[in-house]
Amino acid sequence: MQYVTEILPSLLQGAGLTLQIFFWTLVCSLPLGILVSLGLISKIRPLQWILEIYVWLMRGTPLLLQLIFVFYGLPIIGIVFQRYDAALVAFILNYAAYFAEIFRGGFQAIDEGQFEAARVLRLSYWQTLRKIVIPQVVKIVIPSIGNEVINLVKDSSLVYVIGLGDLLRAGNVATARDVTLVPLLLVAVIYLILVGICTLVLRKVEQRYSYFK
Amino acid sequence: MLEVKNLYKSFGDRVILDNVSLTVKDGEILSIVGPSGAGKTTLLRCITGLETADKGEFLIDGQPFDPQGTAESDRVIGVVFQDYNLFPNLSVMENITLAPILVLKKSKEEAEADARGLLEELGLNTKGDLYPWQLSGGQKQRVAIARALAMSPKILCYDEPTSALDPEMRKEVAKIIMGLKKDGMTQLVVTHDFDFANEIADDILKVKALDKSFDQIQDVDKKQA
Repeated sequence: MQYVTEILPSLLQGAGLTLQIFFWTLVCSLPLGILVSLGLISKIRPLQWILEIYVWLMRGTPLLLQLIFVFYGLPIIGIVFQRYDAALVAFILNYAAYFAEIFRGGFQAIDEGQFEAARVLRLSYWQTLRKIVIPQVVKIVIPSIGNEVINLVKDSSLVYVIGLGDLLRAGNVATARDVTLVPLLLVAVIYLILVGICTLVLRKVEQRYSYFK
Repeated sequence: MLEVKNLYKSFGDRVILDNVSLTVKDGEILSIVGPSGAGKTTLLRCITGLETADKGEFLIDGQPFDPQGTAESDRVIGVVFQDYNLFPNLSVMENITLAPILVLKKSKEEAEADARGLLEELGLNTKGDLYPWQLSGGQKQRVAIARALAMSPKILCYDEPTSALDPEMRKEVAKIIMGLKKDGMTQLVVTHDFDFANEIADDILKVKALDKSFDQIQDVDKKQA
């Protein structure tokens, strides 16, 4: 027990970084994903191609590799990020691609009649999206988004590869130093708690959208 | 008065509307009847701006207008869709007030007061806070009518208003349409139901499937409803 209280502060510090990456990735990649999905369903061909290539690159290569390229690769062409910023850039670009595909599916599930009704009422495209379409899309995509959100909690552990000290790395360090699995057990418990909280929040969001069908 | 003159519309090399003209007089009801596939819906979609006509003129009270335009002078047509197309994420009240607030720039209070009047008129006064999934088919249709009327259109168009309703509700819609006529509303009703058209319409535009001819019959001999 004493050992637990000894290593807990360093684990919690790692968890702090995990949470920061989790939070900022979500806050930035969700809106970005919506924008990319609108581009994907737009009728502007060149834009569509560019975004399709972007999604293909992001989903077609391991996130681990993308982290390495952003931090070690981009400086070669003169773009230098701090470790933490590099991690955020890679995570946001990667998750936005997945979210874009999820939102694209959501938009395509909306009945054409909704757009037509809005059009004869003379609502603008953005008014139609904001007031009518996006609320319906959000309801449709919550379960799929939830999956990605939970993945993100755990994917954030990949930042060790560019030398950031997140939760898993803090546990690894303690395990290697003290030759015991206890720190990693604690790490598992903390991940479970984080994912448990996410699950509860997602359920609340789902309930909030249950007022319409 | 709505006039459509020499309307042409084709999809690829399939000609759907070939030189169609029609007139809906003020405060009257024109019904467009004919079998499915004859081009009724395409005609309505051209008038409501959901489809671009290849050629043709649209006049309201003698003034040309663009069915797809967004200028105030182009906002003359209200539409009640076949499957209503209510917005499921908005309450009945919000369905009706959304466009008046966003497009006509009415205040929320004004838009809601107007909407309450419409709901009252259509026998829906207790339904304002409900959501579309909580309504019956007939109630949804009346909300769709209220939503269209809230934009103060000069003409109200219906696409197959009886297709999803049982005989009892069919009478109900006929009553609503006749009630609106009494209030001076000009209406255009697309239907495959010839009896229904006979019941409500002043004029009937018959669409024949084979040669795609459109004949407007003036002042139908109306059977007693």
